[in-house]
Amino acid sequence: MRDKIKAGEISSVAATRAVFERIAKVEPIIGAFISTFEEQAIARAAEVDNRIAKGEPVGQLAGVPIAIKDNMCTTFGTTTCASKILANFHAPYNATAVAKLMAADAIIVGKTNLDEFAMGSSTENSGLKRTVNPWDIKRVPGGSSGGSTAAVAAGLCYAAIGSDTGGSIRQPASLCGVVGLKPTYGRVSRYGLVAYGSSLDQIGPITQTAEDAALMMNVIAGHDPADSTSVDEQIAPVTDYLAKLDEPTKGLKIGIAPNFNAGADEQVRKAIDEALKTYKDLGASLIEIDMPHLDYAIAAYYMIATAEASSNLSRYDGVHYGHRTSQPNDYIEVYTKSRAEGFGKEVKRRIMLGTYALSSGYYDAYYLKALKVRNLIRGDFVRAFEKCDSIMMPVSPTTAFKMGEKVDDPLKMYLSDIYTIAVNLAGIPGISVPCGFDDKGLPIGIQILAPAFSEDKLLRMARMYEKQTDWHKKRPLIIDE
Amino acid sequence: MDKKIDEAQVRKVAKLARLELSEAEVEEFAGQLSAILDYVARMNELDTEGVEPLAHCLPINNVFREDIAKESLGTELTLANAPQQDGAFFKVPKILEEP
Repeated sequence: MRDKIKAGEISSVAATRAVFERIAKVEPIIGAFISTFEEQAIARAAEVDNRIAKGEPVGQLAGVPIAIKDNMCTTFGTTTCASKILANFHAPYNATAVAKLMAADAIIVGKTNLDEFAMGSSTENSGLKRTVNPWDIKRVPGGSSGGSTAAVAAGLCYAAIGSDTGGSIRQPASLCGVVGLKPTYGRVSRYGLVAYGSSLDQIGPITQTAEDAALMMNVIAGHDPADSTSVDEQIAPVTDYLAKLDEPTKGLKIGIAPNFNAGADEQVRKAIDEALKTYKDLGASLIEIDMPHLDYAIAAYYMIATAEASSNLSRYDGVHYGHRTSQPNDYIEVYTKSRAEGFGKEVKRRIMLGTYALSSGYYDAYYLKALKVRNLIRGDFVRAFEKCDSIMMPVSPTTAFKMGEKVDDPLKMYLSDIYTIAVNLAGIPGISVPCGFDDKGLPIGIQILAPAFSEDKLLRMARMYEKQTDWHKKRPLIIDE
Repeated sequence: MDKKIDEAQVRKVAKLARLELSEAEVEEFAGQLSAILDYVARMNELDTEGVEPLAHCLPINNVFREDIAKESLGTELTLANAPQQDGAFFKVPKILEEP
């Protein structure tokens, strides 16, 4: 699409209008967006078209309609985090990732739904609206970036950005049959991303292909002085992710942890095995690796992430911005009632869990213990990557589950993150790539992991698989209905 | 089995978190948080003696920058989202008692 727009074969205005026509038709069913910006988008598209017509230079994403998860700040519209507490929040600045997309002349279509404050695995925890899976509207799109992945799958934008704290890009990408990349922690600036678990959060692209993901990374990756945890490019240089994308990785050694993978549904395992066979046919060798601490990743994660969340979300105090209760009896109730009225159940649950983990008497047993387990988990990956170039496993143990199936059992919902969570604890990059369907026609994704700051290799591995298969080209029927 | 966290503890934690919970929520959270903490207790199967806690995975420490004064947001933008304001101030209920 970008090439066609740049070459003047199709105008950005036409592409953007087409997207909004589809939104008008399909969005009432899907519910991917919290807000859309049709007028602004078409005006910007016209401006890009004008510059292309005049032969003026344009950015890497010139004229391409793109969606943004609504936990990233934008100076236009609202930034709600799908929470009632921020329902009317107007951010005073743009997140760096958003600013970079706009500087690359992308057209911002709208802001997508999510689990409130990115806490969830199904987007059902949104305090503002419901998003369905475009492959089966009775099922969840996954989460927390479910609005972004549903929008890409249903053709409501050409690409989107999401955020991933414990799998929130990769898992919904898998459940919606699109590509989702969580970059290395520190590769993309978090400035303007509303904080959930600050040592785990990372912004990344959600696209139809690995090539599009590489293009998006070229735009959003890099050091940002406004985020001290974004890594200096002298330590880890940002490469041109498109440059060598088509060069397959020769002599690829793929690590597999068979015991760990055994927990996935049979149909998921079968699709993963088929995908691994494709890699073998391309000359890769499979190596069994031992990851003894991965079984403890969920336990460690739900202590660390909630501890960080309880601290981060203390800023919603009913004073500086966000919802304030209407009739507080005293100043304490400004806090307690505003937060009670503004936060949804899962957010409250995680604040409680994190506050407990950090509270006097429990800190050592829960929070500190979890940080030590985190180090053991990272050690598993360090040792594994001494033997192999990549680790492959499922993204999710199941395909998309039914709405309401897990909402009343938080632990069950947490356990659906089993394959994605360790990656955030170890800070390494991971990508979800479509690799098949189950017998209900629901998409399955394979997860490819690589050492820190090797997104270029990760994307090449994804690309070499995509060239052999056409899973990533399959689109849900809803587009034609 | 004993609950890892009982309703009194839930109330105490809610107070620490400045979160008002209904009685129904207190009961619900006591059950759910206990189940989660039971699961989390599996971490105790691991010997972490001598293992350093890992707070983040970055190859960096203490990021410094030059101390240069820069433009800040300004009063108007800063107060733009305030639920209540009074001139250049955030407005809150009275905190001190009358003498």
